[in-house]
Amino acid sequence: MQSQPRPKPEKAEKQINYNEVPASIRRRPYYIVLPGLIILIGIMIPFVTAITLSLTNFSFKIPVTKFVFLKNWINLFTNKDFYQALGVTLRYALFATGTQMLLGTCAALLLRKDNWFSRLLKVLFTFPLMVAPAIAVLVWQLMTSNTVGVLEDFLNLFGVYNFPWAASRQTAMFTAVLIDTWVNLPFVILLVLAGIQSLPKSPFEAAQVDGASSWFTFKTLTLPLLKPFMYIALLFRLMAALQEFGIIFALTKGGPGNTLMNLSLTGYLTGFTYQNIGKSMPYLLVLWMIVNISAKFIVKRQRRLTLEAAGKQ
Amino acid sequence: MMANDQSQPLASGNLRFRQGTAALSWIGRNLALVCFAVFALFPILWMVTCTLKSDAEMYTTVFNFTPTLSNYRAVLIGTDYFKAFLQNIVVAGGAVLLTIAVGVPAAYGLARYNFKKKEDIAFTILSFKFAPEILVILPVFLIFQKIGLYDTYFGLIWVYQLITMPLLIWVLRGYFEDISVEIEQAAQLDGYRWYEVFWKILLPLIKPGLVASGLLAFIFAWNSFTFPLILSGFKIQTITITSLRYIASDSVHYGHVAVAATVAITPEIIAALFIQKHLVRGLSFGAVKG
Repeated sequence: MQSQPRPKPEKAEKQINYNEVPASIRRRPYYIVLPGLIILIGIMIPFVTAITLSLTNFSFKIPVTKFVFLKNWINLFTNKDFYQALGVTLRYALFATGTQMLLGTCAALLLRKDNWFSRLLKVLFTFPLMVAPAIAVLVWQLMTSNTVGVLEDFLNLFGVYNFPWAASRQTAMFTAVLIDTWVNLPFVILLVLAGIQSLPKSPFEAAQVDGASSWFTFKTLTLPLLKPFMYIALLFRLMAALQEFGIIFALTKGGPGNTLMNLSLTGYLTGFTYQNIGKSMPYLLVLWMIVNISAKFIVKRQRRLTLEAAGKQ
Repeated sequence: MMANDQSQPLASGNLRFRQGTAALSWIGRNLALVCFAVFALFPILWMVTCTLKSDAEMYTTVFNFTPTLSNYRAVLIGTDYFKAFLQNIVVAGGAVLLTIAVGVPAAYGLARYNFKKKEDIAFTILSFKFAPEILVILPVFLIFQKIGLYDTYFGLIWVYQLITMPLLIWVLRGYFEDISVEIEQAAQLDGYRWYEVFWKILLPLIKPGLVASGLLAFIFAWNSFTFPLILSGFKIQTITITSLRYIASDSVHYGHVAVAATVAITPEIIAALFIQKHLVRGLSFGAVKG
């Protein structure tokens, strides 16, 4: 189809035509934004340093720093630790985010009726969300302690004794995800709930008039309209879970063995504890790439879903 | 509703069945919600009870014990925990104040003006939120040691901007966009200078958003673990790092651990109660106007 020359979109009247205002005023927005940007970019200079460092053998142990070009990167891709760390990072992120999205959406749907009980729960659910991940680990270490922990008593009722929690390779990931979920599940609940409360009434009334079953309404109306909100929750949760450091570090420092050594922890241990900064940078740069690519992907999809949802209304 | 022209006994049976399933689903729904609530709250409640137990009773009882304040006394007076608490207030509070000073104008600029690269700048600011903390912090550590900012208040406050500033700018940008331009123009016609418009008209209008996002930024800064772990040493300690020492030590006083955690959480829960109405908007960086 031949495309017609589209009429130029008319500028909103309220916008000021910046060619007519003097330069001093035209530059004002930049002045206003600049201080904030400078402070942030001041902190981000290290990021550029990070790339340079990844090409050197920088370490506190060696007095002279040399360029080693791609040696650190070749080391990385031929190193078993890297693939272990990559696997742990992805598994942890999928496991934690998946659990939270699923349970969070269910809980939000259960809370949709606006009565005193759900209003009270909405307030109470915000409490764990405010707890620092490191402190949350402290709380759960008490809970899961084999001597004073109350969960041991609870599991004894079901005939389970000495559940190993973070101490065993099989259950360490589960324990870390459990703590992560305790802290962050309310985030998903609150966001999806906000989505539910903003649902327009008219399509649902129309569906009811047409006699649509409740499952059909949910599948074709509720879910597509909620998806943009779920994607925002997903974005925040996935980005944080990919980089998770505090919970794992406070819980086991990556152990037992290397069970919980994700890219963040491996980078930290290599760079800070073993003092091979140059060697640690590639781990963290790979992590940064993963985070950025998945963030872009989710943001793009979220925008499309928002448009689709707007079409449905 | 469809009219039901089945014979009477069948219909009533059907009705009873429906009432039965409705009751069942009501029970199921609320049971699930109670489970969620127990999962969310029980750890906090149980921990608070632990703070009141003596070491001996810790092992033998769950809820039935004689309360004592000795744990609080031991942690708050006997150790430098309270010092870390105060230092954490200085660092997190300082970070929020700096963020407000430069972030509020930036949010206004990004909301109100149209200029080249506006969206790029806004997204650059947001992307700081998604930069892996360890990646940023290791080079910062090297630089801070060189220029003497390691283990100082200012060094930490500066780095905390990565947590607090994207949040504040993105949330407040939405609040500024909600205010119509006409209000500003009317004020200007009345003879207000641009800074008077800002102080007397705009600031009061965004105050709820400012308070909420400021408190939320404070909570995030308070909770930060990675930054103080690497960038603070002996001089400055924050609550997250100090608290962990209580479980790492050899002779674990579980009561002390519980006190450390409880005292760290309390200010946050109080702050959260204040900002309930704006919480969703803040948590989603303004993306969801809950």
